[in-house]
Parts: sequence; C-alpha cells; structure tokens
Amino acid sequence: MSDDLHDLYQDIILDHNKRPRHYGALADYTHTAEGYNPICGDKLTVFLALKGDRIEVIQFEAACCAICKSSASMMTQALTGKTLSEADAALKRVKDLLSSELNLGVDLSVDGEIAALAGVRKFPARIKCAVLPWHTYQAALKG
Amino acid sequence: MGDLAGVTQPLPFDYRRVRADFPILATEVRGKPLTYLDSAATVQKPLAVIEAVDRYYRAENSNIHRGVHYLSEQATDAYEATRAKAAAFIGASDSDEVIFTSGTTEGINLIAHGFTESVLQAGDEILITHMEHHANIVPWQIAAQKTGAILKVAPVDDRGVLDMEAFEALLSDKTKLVSVVHVSNALGTINAVKTMIEKAHAWDVPVLVDGAQSTPHMPVSVADLGCDFFVFSGHKICGPTGIGVLWGKREWLEKLPPYQSGGDMIEKVDFDGTTYKGIPGKFEAGTPHIAGVIGLGAAFDYLNRLDRVGALQHEMALLKAATEQLTAIDGLRIIGTAPEKASVISFLIDDIHPHDIGTFLDAGGVAIRAGHHCTQPLLKRFGVPATARASFAFYNDFEDVERLVAALTKMKQFFC
Repeated sequence: MSDDLHDLYQDIILDHNKRPRHYGALADYTHTAEGYNPICGDKLTVFLALKGDRIEVIQFEAACCAICKSSASMMTQALTGKTLSEADAALKRVKDLLSSELNLGVDLSVDGEIAALAGVRKFPARIKCAVLPWHTYQAALKG
Repeated sequence: MGDLAGVTQPLPFDYRRVRADFPILATEVRGKPLTYLDSAATVQKPLAVIEAVDRYYRAENSNIHRGVHYLSEQATDAYEATRAKAAAFIGASDSDEVIFTSGTTEGINLIAHGFTESVLQAGDEILITHMEHHANIVPWQIAAQKTGAILKVAPVDDRGVLDMEAFEALLSDKTKLVSVVHVSNALGTINAVKTMIEKAHAWDVPVLVDGAQSTPHMPVSVADLGCDFFVFSGHKICGPTGIGVLWGKREWLEKLPPYQSGGDMIEKVDFDGTTYKGIPGKFEAGTPHIAGVIGLGAAFDYLNRLDRVGALQHEMALLKAATEQLTAIDGLRIIGTAPEKASVISFLIDDIHPHDIGTFLDAGGVAIRAGHHCTQPLLKRFGVPATARASFAFYNDFEDVERLVAALTKMKQFFC
C-alpha cells in the first residue's frame, strides 16, 4: 500500500465517504445548485438555507467518487452555522491546501478535518473532485 | 518499395514474443511494472513503428507530392505506398478511395460536413445507435441543426446488444444515412454491421461504419461488409496519433464537396475560379501528417507480419479469463454482456466510484480508464454516470489479468 494512496484516502476521507454528514435533499432550501464533472462522472447537488448572511443549514446529495463525497461532507460540516464571509475564508483555505505550488503544511487543530484534503495535492487528476462541492456551493449562492 | 512483397507467412502467434516488440511494456510506473489495460484508449507501439518515424525524421523527411528532389520522391512514394497498404488492410480494391485524416473523428466530421452541404434536407433522417461514441453523435447533431434533418437513435438492450428489429423499423424513405459503430468502445459489443448494411441498402440508404475499435482486433473487409464509408484511427492499430483513414466508395467521395481547402487539394487556383483535384487529393488539403502516415505504414506492416487470427484468439482467452475472475468479485457488475464482444470490460463495484477504482489501481501500476468513455448517452441509458474499463490488446498476458484482479481485491479490502 503506497504512502501516497494513504495520503489520498486517509481515514478521515474514508469515514466521510462511508458516512457522509448532512446528506440528503433539503425541503426548504433558499439556494441550490448542481455541480457536474463530466470527465469522471461526479454529480452533486448542494442545498443551502440562508438566514441573513448566515448558513443555517447546508446539505448535499451526490453520485460521485470518494474524494468528492468526503469533500462535500467535510464542507457541510465546516460551513454549517458560518457567515458567508467565514465560508469564503474556508473555501480559500481549501483551495490553498490543494495547491501543490503553495505546498502548505497542514494542521488538524487549525483546519479541522478539511486538512485531510491536502493529500489530494499529489493526485492532480483528482483535485477537481475535491473542489467540485465548494464550487457548487458558490454556484448555489449566485443563484 | 512495397513492403508487402517481402511478407512471409506470419509466425504462429506467441504473446511472449510479441510483448518484447513493445518497449513501453517493460517500463515501471509508480515503482511497479506497468499493467497496461487501456488499449481501447490508445494502443502501444511496436519498436518497428517507433523506428520508422524516427528514421523518417532522421534521414527521409521531406514534403510530398510537389518536390522534384530525391527526398521528396522517396517520401511521396512511401506516403502513397501506405495508402495502398491501408486499402489492402480493409479489403478495398481502389486506393484512391482511401483518404488520410487525423483520425476517426475527423473522418466522420468530413462526411457529416459533406452531407450537410450536399445531401441533407429538412425532414430527412440520420440513423445512429444508442451506443455511439460522441464522435459519431455530435457531428450528426450539428448536421441536423444546420439542415433541419432529424437524428434517429436505434435502441440497445440491457446486455448492450443493438435492437435489430427497432433499427429496421427506424429505416424509411426519409433516412439518408446510417452511421454505426462496429465495436463499442464502452461495452465491447460487436455489432452485426453486415446485416445492418443489407437492411439499409434495401432502402437505398448509405452506411458509414466507425471501425475505430474493430480494426485493432479483427480483419475487416469493406468489400465484404458492403458499407459506403469506413473510418478508423492509426493510434488504435499500433500507429502514431494524429493519423487515420476514411475510406469511401468512389461515387460518394466524388459527389461530396471538399472538407478543408487550401493547397494540395486543388488543380488550378485563380481569382476568377479555382478547380479541385479528384480523389483522394480533394480531401487532403495542406501538408499532411507525413510522419504519421509513415508510422501507420509501419503499423500495417507489423500487423501483416502478425498471426492476427492467433492474436484475436489470445485476446478472447484474456477476455474469458478476466470476465470469469472479475465476475467472481463480490459486488462487481459488468456492464456490456453481449454474446459477441471484443476484449473490453466495463464494470462497476458497489460503493466504490470508478474514479476511485482508477486511482487505486494506478497506484499499483495498473492502467485502466474510468469515466464516461465518450459515450454519455449510453451510460445514461444504463443509469450510471461512469464505469471503470479494462481493455486488452494482443500484447497483454494472463499476468496482467491476475494483477488486475489482485489490485481490485486489495482495493475492496481497503475501502470496505
């Protein structure tokens, strides 16, 4: 078992893939969007219930790979209850963590479970999978 | 000139000996021996093809057709000799009917363009099947948009077999073209194209056959099939990328208008009027991918020296072994179970997305493909967003099958 594979499919990611958090459609959403990566067949829908500038509820449904699903699950965990600007900061942090150029060090205590996504850095073909849920969240905001 | 003259009876197929012809198969990826199971995407190249292209650029490179010097004559001869080899490869008697293209996709686009310009009227119908590659769907969608013609799609059953009755029922006096894939790249299904051509011709409908995935595996004869157009790609039959062949019946090719225009496809250029060459020149504008043609010629030579019947038998043995062993994996489902199949296996595994399968296998040096395989409508019909696909060429061996199965088994333990 290669170290790199372990980096990609860390226990955190496997856990979120098996037990995705905040999974399922939201009946009274205020915002929603569908995200699709045709290259690999990742599809997901993000549902938001915004109150003012705060994300009260964020859910998702998906037919997608483990990286995408766990990233979406971690996203819903990270963004629930956050303000839109806090969410923006989280999104930027995820993109920075995924950048092989920046090659940032990770700290679970700082980033929470999202730190696990840093392992995707070594698999350029999979970065789109990790980023798709976050872009879909942005698309949901735009309406 | 004319390598075919020197070809002796092919040696009986021996996959161990054949493997040695392909240098890339000895490489390592991710620190593991390469197990290349993506030949449906592109086929690896024998040394003879690699050396032919290298030699061309080292010692033979020249532009063709219009030069008056030695190198140009030699290059022109080699180029035209490959045209003859291409014709022979697909059982065509007239090498003027062989057009060099950049690949299957361009060949189909060329015909779609010609039909748009000179054949299709509003209300006419183009008939394809539900298992087509995007290259044999999108050009027709565009042709239909431009002309007001209608695209009709013959359905495929749950095994991935074409519904022949439904296909026949879709033929009418409105049909102006049938375009069908010979072998499905996603499912491996081998279509009974000869029967389809007979049925289409009963309505005077011409037929284009996409041979991209049949030419690598089985001998093809356009004379025997009776098709009106046949397209295939060099890089899928051991040749370079960026080169392919469109064959068409003379009456058709002479009737259709040029596709790309410019130099080489003209007789006379004058601001008062320009005249075009006859075939094949009319459809070969500009300096072609000469090195590609040279490499393609070497690929034809290589395949002609091979015992292709033995090679196909070997592929079928690999397909049988892989199918049996994959089916035994708990939670694995094969998509594409036609009784007549080429050595392609698309599959799904419960709870593990094809993309993850691909990445996991890649870490072990096993190269498969994961995605929609340029057949989104087909996968939608099967209710899946993507599949994993392992495809076998004659240079694969039973160890490759074992490594695939071992990797999948290990992966299942990891994910579950």
